[in-house]
Amino acid sequence: MSNIKLRKVDVIFSPYSVAPYEILKNAMKRSKDEVVQELIDSGLRGRGGAGFPTGLKWKFAKQQESDQKYVICNADEGEPGTFKDRKLLVEVPRKVISGMAICAWAVGASKGYIYLRREYRYLVSHIEEELELYHKFAKEAGLDFKIEIFMGAGAYICGEETALIESMEGRRGEPRNKPPFPIKNGYLGKPTVVNNVETFASATMVCRMGADEYKKLGTDDQRGSKLFSISGDSPKKGVHELELGMSLEDFANEFGDGDTKAVQVGGVAGFCIPKKQFKTTIIGEGNTTGGSTMIFNSTRSMYNVLHNYLDFFAEESCGQCTPCRVGTQQLLKGIEAVKSKKKPPEYLDQLVKLAETMRLTSKCGLGQSVTNSFSSIVKNFREEMIY
Amino acid sequence: MAEQVKLNIDGVDVQVEKGQSILDAAKKVNIRIPTLCHHEDLCVAGNCRVCVVEQEGKNTLTPSCATPAEEGMVIKTSTPKVRRARKDLMALLVSEHNTQCTTCYRSTNCELQDLAAEYNVDNNIYLSVLKENLEIDKSSWSIEKDDSKCIRCQRCVRTCAELQHVNALAVTERGRDMRISTFMHLPMNEIVCTNCGQCITHCPTGALTERRYYDEIWEAIDDPEKHVVINTAPSVRVALGEMLGFPVGTRVTGKMVTALKKMGFDSVLDTDFSADLTIIEEANELLVRLKDALVHKKDVALPMITSCSPGWVKFIEHMYPEHLAHLSSCKSPQQMFGALTKTYYAEKKGIDPSKIVSVAGMPCAAKKYEANRPEMRDSGYHDVDAGLTTREIGHMIKQSGINFLELEDSEFDSIMGESTGAGVIFGATGGVMEAALRTAYFVITGRPVPFDNLNITPVRGLKGIKETSIKFENCLPEYSFLEGVEAKFAIAHGLINARQIMDQIVAGESPYHFIEIMACPGGCIGGGGQPIPTNDEIRKKRIQAIYDEDMNKPIRMSHENPEIIKIYEDFLEKPLGEKSHHLLHTKYRKRKRY
Repeated sequence: MSNIKLRKVDVIFSPYSVAPYEILKNAMKRSKDEVVQELIDSGLRGRGGAGFPTGLKWKFAKQQESDQKYVICNADEGEPGTFKDRKLLVEVPRKVISGMAICAWAVGASKGYIYLRREYRYLVSHIEEELELYHKFAKEAGLDFKIEIFMGAGAYICGEETALIESMEGRRGEPRNKPPFPIKNGYLGKPTVVNNVETFASATMVCRMGADEYKKLGTDDQRGSKLFSISGDSPKKGVHELELGMSLEDFANEFGDGDTKAVQVGGVAGFCIPKKQFKTTIIGEGNTTGGSTMIFNSTRSMYNVLHNYLDFFAEESCGQCTPCRVGTQQLLKGIEAVKSKKKPPEYLDQLVKLAETMRLTSKCGLGQSVTNSFSSIVKNFREEMIY
Repeated sequence: MAEQVKLNIDGVDVQVEKGQSILDAAKKVNIRIPTLCHHEDLCVAGNCRVCVVEQEGKNTLTPSCATPAEEGMVIKTSTPKVRRARKDLMALLVSEHNTQCTTCYRSTNCELQDLAAEYNVDNNIYLSVLKENLEIDKSSWSIEKDDSKCIRCQRCVRTCAELQHVNALAVTERGRDMRISTFMHLPMNEIVCTNCGQCITHCPTGALTERRYYDEIWEAIDDPEKHVVINTAPSVRVALGEMLGFPVGTRVTGKMVTALKKMGFDSVLDTDFSADLTIIEEANELLVRLKDALVHKKDVALPMITSCSPGWVKFIEHMYPEHLAHLSSCKSPQQMFGALTKTYYAEKKGIDPSKIVSVAGMPCAAKKYEANRPEMRDSGYHDVDAGLTTREIGHMIKQSGINFLELEDSEFDSIMGESTGAGVIFGATGGVMEAALRTAYFVITGRPVPFDNLNITPVRGLKGIKETSIKFENCLPEYSFLEGVEAKFAIAHGLINARQIMDQIVAGESPYHFIEIMACPGGCIGGGGQPIPTNDEIRKKRIQAIYDEDMNKPIRMSHENPEIIKIYEDFLEKPLGEKSHHLLHTKYRKRKRY
């Protein structure tokens, strides 16, 4: 574990410094393999939360033989406490679209979609304005890659890439069995790259800066900069771009209100870290990197926090698989029963085991990750659960 | 040979075709992995998760039904981790279920119950999350839907979509509210449901069952005023044994008749009789249509399509209401039987028809609905008072305390108890076609159909759509208009295949003259009222039993059935005559999709 000092940077949000689509144009002058290798070398990982190496994903997609490939930008930003993709789409949509186009050019895709969260529909005309500019450029440059906006309908689960694809195909947004992964069998059965909004914007910056320069940011494990959506008990709520690799202690000192008792890192699907672990926790290492950070001070009831999370999961689970559909309800009812003394405190241990079963057996990341927040809160704030 | 992959399961090396699942591979080496959402007939869902196994190199468990076997995989199917997870999953499923096994129709034939017992989910550790105020939907004549027993495996949804292409059942809501429901949550009797009952035979629990009528039947049997007549369909006798201790594919015709008589039915008759009658009427109807088309150059609806299967009839009424003219006007054997029971039978036996209770023992859920179609009262009474499924009959035999295994055989009663091999094969897909061709060819040419032993093998088997053709030569003078005509025939079973046939007709591209369609995969032997489970292996065995029964019959063509000859002499006068028209034929109605 190595950490660096907290440092605010200005990479992703830096103003456009070159002519429109200059970065894309330059990328297209190089060989496709070279560009993909650049991404791999940069160490960029998916910014949606799962953290899969972006360059590798593109490489696998490039290797697929197919008459049609797709690139999808996942803008279904639904993780509670996350709002950075919205800001990106408002302020630097060109970086996002450039990233999609570089990806499409490199992997050989001719059609792209921005899967936009329903609640962001007011952004449509703004994004379309930029798309118009892009399409004009693409035509001039002879790049056969068109992008359309696809509106989601408001389900959290559709941020999961296979559920997202199902919903695009007109079915219920339910995660698919994997394998096969979208890279092989995605939208309409064709190889499909699905990346988060910030991932595409970061990819653009990798191409602009070069892998060597980009790599200078962050640690061996986590390269580059990252957007953090900061909410909760913080005087500095909002989106901040930080170099990766800082400790949670630095983070809490910078963004907390001086009375921070816990930080939820990675949204409700992430971990709740108590103060005593701030020093030893590096944001993004062993916890998810979606960028949602919720800060709680000592006035907050962690029981209420957890109850709120579980209520959210029980509602937003797609409901198809047993552990997630029933497990989320059991956890919710379970902590209620302990709180109201209908079940003994030891029942919490049973629930922690159940959360582990959910992690082991759920079909997708939703059910698998419930255990992160559940177990971390129940273990670290046990008294608050009981009394 | 397809590409093979080698993997290791529980220390045993196994080689399977690429694309097969870990579950398939385990089966191959005799390792049983429990499943709930999996069904051989349906696509993989992977949603119940009880089939999870440990896969080396992965930090979560792997669903074996949904994961293709890969070269070099190392799988363990029974580790502490796996057992704990399965037990937890079973406990979760039980926690959202009403757990009223003692009062459940499917008790002892329930996959949830079996696995809950196997994993010893006693004294359930979790709180009940069963939804409150769930009402059983009893609106349909055929199907009851009880959400408090549903485990949301979606087998019914996949059945309705993949096998039947009806999509009456669908997943609605999400998360804790996710459930299986209908369009706009309408009751079952107000939707496109065809009542085929395939959802019932594919349901692992008691969430979907047939609406049961046996209490009413017992009441009638116990009423000395009532004369209770039952007729049993051909496919009941080749499947009933499965519920009563016999291996799949055992013919229990004689034992079934004995049991029904012992139970107190006043008369036990054979639906095969009216199957033979259907053949006479339907073959004649086809010949009239052909003559109208070829000789009179009239615009008649061809191809003609069979109408024996009430699930299929409701399907075409909903889905292709503009094409009902293609349906034969013949009632199904059940409804012909009912109409004759309260007229011909009553007259011959000297019984007041108002005292007769006519019961149909059927492999079918849709027959219950059919019996209650408002137009089915041509005898002046309710032609068929109740339809029972094979499963209900099995239950009634159990309730009677009869030792079915040791029972002696007996013969159907008379009249309307005589049948031929042609009537018997109605139970299997292709059977109506084969029976019709045996008679039609004879009527047209005066010779038996030119196949070995009358076995028209091209129309048999489980292929979704089958076709054949027959050229008529040296016709009798009356049918000289068919001389040299090569007639084309098709058979479809499972409504998804029926849809293909119909789309061809709608497009004006159907090359056929006569088509047999059955709603259920495999035909009636795979019906929605048959013993559970049903899968292709079981369908094949039941079909074999049907053809064995046929071969054992001394008479194998419908028109040679002496009781059929007699009913035309004594009562009906002639095929398509006035009485036939009144009692044996019907009309259909246009329905909407919602």
